Amino acid sequence: MIAVPFLICFPFLVALILMFIKNEKLQSFIAYIGAALIAAGVGALALGRIMGGMQPIRMYYSTEIADHIIFGGEIFLMLLVTFLCFKYNKKAISLLSIIPTAVIAAVEFRISTGPTDHICVDRLSMMMCLIIGVVGSLIIVYAVGYMSGYHLHHKEIENRSNYFIALLFLFMGAMFGFVLSSSLIWLYFFWECTSVCSFLLIGYTRTEEAVNNSFRALWMNLFGGTVLAFGIFYFAYYMHTLSFREFINAGVNGNVFALLPITAMAFAALTKSAQLPFSTWLLGAMVAPTPSSALLHSATMVKAGIYVLFRLAPAMSITTTGTMIAFVGGFTFLVSSLMAIAQSDAKRVLAMSTVSNLGLMVACAGIGTPETIWAGAFLMIFHAVSKSLLFLDVGATENTLHSRDIEDMHGMLYFLPMHAVFMFIGIAGMFLAPFGMLISKWAALRAAVDEKNIALLLFIIFGSATTSFYWSKWMGKLISYPHSEHSHINDITRKNETVSMAIQAVLMIALCVLFPLLSKVFVDPMLQEMFHTSGEVLSQGLLYMLVVVICFVFAVPPATYYYSRRVHTNKKLAYMGGINTGDNTGFVDSFGEEKKLWMSNYYFANRVGIRKIMLPCQLFAAAVLTVMFCIVLGVSL
Amino acid sequence: MRNKIISVICYLVLAPVIGGLLEGVDRKISARMQRRVGPPLLQPFYDVAKLLKKQIISVTNAQSFLLQSYMVFMILTGAMFFAGSDILLCMFVLSTAAMFLYFAANVTSSPYSTIGANRELIQMVSYEPAVLMACVGFYLVDGSFEISKIASSQLSSVLYLPGVFVAFVFILTIKMRKSPFDISTSHHAHQEIVKGITSEMGARNLAVFTITEWYENVFLMGVIGLFIVNENPYSIISAILVILFVYFLEILIDNTSARMKQFKMLEMGWAVALVLAGCNIWVLMLIK
Repeated sequence: MIAVPFLICFPFLVALILMFIKNEKLQSFIAYIGAALIAAGVGALALGRIMGGMQPIRMYYSTEIADHIIFGGEIFLMLLVTFLCFKYNKKAISLLSIIPTAVIAAVEFRISTGPTDHICVDRLSMMMCLIIGVVGSLIIVYAVGYMSGYHLHHKEIENRSNYFIALLFLFMGAMFGFVLSSSLIWLYFFWECTSVCSFLLIGYTRTEEAVNNSFRALWMNLFGGTVLAFGIFYFAYYMHTLSFREFINAGVNGNVFALLPITAMAFAALTKSAQLPFSTWLLGAMVAPTPSSALLHSATMVKAGIYVLFRLAPAMSITTTGTMIAFVGGFTFLVSSLMAIAQSDAKRVLAMSTVSNLGLMVACAGIGTPETIWAGAFLMIFHAVSKSLLFLDVGATENTLHSRDIEDMHGMLYFLPMHAVFMFIGIAGMFLAPFGMLISKWAALRAAVDEKNIALLLFIIFGSATTSFYWSKWMGKLISYPHSEHSHINDITRKNETVSMAIQAVLMIALCVLFPLLSKVFVDPMLQEMFHTSGEVLSQGLLYMLVVVICFVFAVPPATYYYSRRVHTNKKLAYMGGINTGDNTGFVDSFGEEKKLWMSNYYFANRVGIRKIMLPCQLFAAAVLTVMFCIVLGVSL
Repeated sequence: MRNKIISVICYLVLAPVIGGLLEGVDRKISARMQRRVGPPLLQPFYDVAKLLKKQIISVTNAQSFLLQSYMVFMILTGAMFFAGSDILLCMFVLSTAAMFLYFAANVTSSPYSTIGANRELIQMVSYEPAVLMACVGFYLVDGSFEISKIASSQLSSVLYLPGVFVAFVFILTIKMRKSPFDISTSHHAHQEIVKGITSEMGARNLAVFTITEWYENVFLMGVIGLFIVNENPYSIISAILVILFVYFLEILIDNTSARMKQFKMLEMGWAVALVLAGCNIWVLMLIK
């Protein structure tokens, strides 16, 4: 199992090397090799696990040296954060780093705990590793080309692309460490690592807006981390162990000392997954260059929170914590999909929809039955691939069009066909039947009914209506006929960006076709491992039906397309009451002057805009979480 | 299995006939309500036959292919329904079909068609919650999403689902684009957005659209029937009576009300889904 330490340490090593390399050619060479080796490492790990029968492996019971290194790392992170907080005059935030570090130090040196395994490889962490490894390395491949294009256009920003790519590697290493750790102390360290990395990535451009947004992300994530640190302290103090497994077992067995720490951890997960009231940091993260948004939003950072909630799911089901977390998740799903309607900036739509989808995953985890975790796992897989594809494609489109407004994508299928197709695949994967997301919604809906959770049921039902609204109006923009017929646009997307996106598009389609297989071979056994119960979530009959629908979706549009191409069509001008100017792009107004035709979508910003409803929703979610803590504290103390 | 195949074939063959007849009846009754004689009962078939003979006229070539996809997915929805498969999956495929209609209207970049398409999206958002509520209601009552099981329950589902039933009938007006909710299109071309989504559909494309509407209406009436039928075969007769009554109600509403604003529609659609269907389902959750 050499692959495990390799996956955690190697990205750190690459990051360290990249910090000192200014030469662009050498930089990209190292980045490619690094990404390839990481992907290979994940592949090797997966292969090894399949050969070894997939039994969970626990290892590294005595790790004195590594413990010291990790403690040193924590001190370093604390010093770094404190330094930056003082440099940018946000001194109060540094407390959120100093206090938890002190708490963790107290746990490590003052509380005697029994020996525990530090690394555990089971199916859930395997799934996470695959997502991070595959999507993450594709994002890095893309980032190398993107950053040089980015700095060509943004001359005002200092070129530190080696630092940027190094951070991406660092991030991946931290994520691998996070999903593989089974010691609470290690978990906490990698948790802080991802928080700090995201903070540095968001602040990359060093503009005022970027700095402000990065500090917002920092304090929200560190706040979650602080709550987590106290939770760990409480658990270690009473239970004298730092094993993550014991932590969950105690929760499953209804141990009274586990309730508070589990709630604390779930709360921390909400901050990381940008649920309400903490959604604003993810919106602010949009100022960073696209690869970092893709990495933060799709494959890694936000999924860390979901991963933790999945782990906690058996312990959370039918507890107050679980119900409240599910409620917050469902609520976030609905209102952020409403807010997404009002956005015309493509990246902001993606951000709001990320928050919304994460909300659905959180709701699934909060209910915590095998069916919902099944749904959540598929949501996670599909979301990771399609969101990262969408982000990268929006980034590439922005470099070419110099705009990422959806209104400017009107008719993109005609002037940037490749990007439009990638976008179409990504969006279809997000909501259209019969792709994976929809099946997950099916399962989530059923689970909400089975659990007799009326609030969640309503959230899912109304949320899915609003979700399809904002996606379909975007799709409609892509395929409409362009406003002006002769615009030629020079596509400046680099080859590595195209390759990265093409792989993801293929991956997306492959996932759609193969997901029944994936469910049978991987996800069902994973649930058995987590819940010790067996059973299929999807009935055989439904599966066949799905295969039929999938065949239809892949066969019908192409078939009708080729059929209708052969049929002779008499082309006429669009109807404009007889006042066209000779083509479809303009009309004559009442003064007899020619006007350009410009069509745009509905946004309803004055009804569902972020400014309008974000604050009340945040307050409401905060109130729900406060009630949750009050109840849990009342029970525990 | 054989029964399923027979019922699917029946749907494929008979649905356009029944749908066309329903439309003929619709026109006739509407005309009588307006003190006109009205066209012959078979007029819709004559219209479609004539449209099919004409050459295709359109603004973009892509429209035909999108409309044909719309038709195929609509037929698939109905076929899945009458084959007795999963109702929730049926509704999901229905929404995919609706998406293709939106694309077909939007792809032209014609102003009236585009605004009709945008309004059609609002229609979809308005009716979708109540549709999903109906699926959930069936699941709560009969313990399964499978239509064949729902149809063979001991008692008619409507006895447990009065609120859901009313909500579904309500949004049927939105789904069928009948006044007061004929916001994205109408049967007459003299409104403020001409004919909305169908503005740019000409000749054979319009025929495809009309036939698909017939398939859709028969499917929707099938869902109404599903509320009524139970294991007793005679229940089918009462189901047909209820369907005819609901259809008459739609015609009556269509002829007696003026068009609403789109937000009014959205609010009403959601309020009905939330209050009538939601409370119904909540009560069921508590007592079941």
